[in-house]
Amino acid sequence: MLFKFLKASDVKSSEITPERLYHGRRDFMADAARIGAGVAATAAVGIAVPKAAAQSAALQGVRKISAYDTDERPTPFKAVTTYNNFYEFGTGKDDPAKNAHTLITDPWSVKVDGHVDKPGTYSLDDLISPHTMEERLYRMRCVEAWSMVIPWVGVPLKDIITRLGPTSKAKYIRFETLEDHKQMPGQRRRVINWPYVEGLRLDEAMHPLTLMAVGLYGQSLPNQNGAPLRLVVPWKYGFKGIKSIVRISFTDRMPRNSWNELAPNEYGFYANVNPEIDHPRWSQANERRIGEFRRRKTLMFNGYGEEVAHLYAGMNLKKFY
Amino acid sequence: MRLSLFYQKAIVHLLALLPALWLFWQGWLLYDYQDHALTANPIQYINQYTGDWAIRLILLGLALTPLRQVFGWNRLIQFRRMIGLYAFFYVMLHLVNFMVLDHFFDWATIIKDVIKRPAITFGMIAATLLIPLAVTSTKGWVRRLGKKWIKLHQLIYVIGALAVVHNIMMVKADLREPLIHLGILIILLGYRLARRAGFTYSMT
Repeated sequence: MLFKFLKASDVKSSEITPERLYHGRRDFMADAARIGAGVAATAAVGIAVPKAAAQSAALQGVRKISAYDTDERPTPFKAVTTYNNFYEFGTGKDDPAKNAHTLITDPWSVKVDGHVDKPGTYSLDDLISPHTMEERLYRMRCVEAWSMVIPWVGVPLKDIITRLGPTSKAKYIRFETLEDHKQMPGQRRRVINWPYVEGLRLDEAMHPLTLMAVGLYGQSLPNQNGAPLRLVVPWKYGFKGIKSIVRISFTDRMPRNSWNELAPNEYGFYANVNPEIDHPRWSQANERRIGEFRRRKTLMFNGYGEEVAHLYAGMNLKKFY
Repeated sequence: MRLSLFYQKAIVHLLALLPALWLFWQGWLLYDYQDHALTANPIQYINQYTGDWAIRLILLGLALTPLRQVFGWNRLIQFRRMIGLYAFFYVMLHLVNFMVLDHFFDWATIIKDVIKRPAITFGMIAATLLIPLAVTSTKGWVRRLGKKWIKLHQLIYVIGALAVVHNIMMVKADLREPLIHLGILIILLGYRLARRAGFTYSMT
């Protein structure tokens, strides 16, 4: 059992480690790894699931160094949790943090359907706890030309998919966000055709980089960041990272995705980070890392080209953006 | 009791400066590591904020004549130059933020953006056209240009339209505010067209 319930009085890991030290933890981990010969890398992983108050729980002991970590400096916790898009709670960048408190994340269940051996309705615990939780420090590039570095906590999506057993007909995976106008006040206006939908090709979903995140910065996902369960695909623009997932479908056809449906010339299905292909209204050649003054060059596939470029071999990325 | 023109103007100055003062104060808080309202991406925030106020002041400037004619508030004319110059001031803040903070004098990118992206092209034309209007806003220029001054300053109709189009094109999905701006613009320009066609309306 990997989930463990914390009492409200338990100390959160985010309280134990001041953010400044957290930033330096990679140096510490490097030392520890040298001394402990990999002890750190196999450290036990546990997650607390919020029982009463969604915000009170913390993920504990997730201190595994991932082979996929970037060594870049994490964006401050406060920026990660107060500046993002989650139109279900409003279209302003600070709206999600202001309005997402109405979302009830416990209990939470996810419907699994389509071309899959084990369809059904899974509780969050059923879906996540059979798998090994990992912390991954990923770059995150928003299509609006800003970026962050975020320490996500989650399980590789591949592990979940393998257990659910897609059939040979399954070529794509489709995700859906909760639609509930009471919990998600931003949905009272049809800015987007609710519910928000995203999708991946099955091989993209099975890529070891693709993460099903349940936390960040060593604690459970704040509501505004897509609690309790969200997708993280670090080589794609951030809008592919669908939040607050309630349905996962295995399909034989490419699913529509919300932003593509809204403005097909601006947002594609693949949405791979690509500095050479401009958004019609701005260049994607560079980006502003939150917290930095000058823009920096955007990297092909957000810097994960070595890992993922083969997925798109032979494809015309100008056409399949 | 009526306030003297001096105090009336002081009040208008203060009101027009408030958005900028608030922005500078929030910028100071950011600089001082205090909580501020500029979000984690202040440069983007400032872009939008100064752009919004520039458009509001352009529309306000365009509203003065109809308000004067419909309600008979003739004294409004005394504030027209001020409002116009404040619109110019916010447009310049917007432009400087775009060129200095956002792109840090990366002229190659800026020029490419202006040429390639209609939204930015329109915004840049609007800002450029505003410069001669600001320069010729002095009494001396009004006298020197005579009737040509009025012709020249009718450019504000074009500038207003370009600014609103720029505003609409820059917004990703939530078009509420830019469409309100568009609605106001249509009313204000429509009023002038109707008047030119011979319709008049006055509450006084």
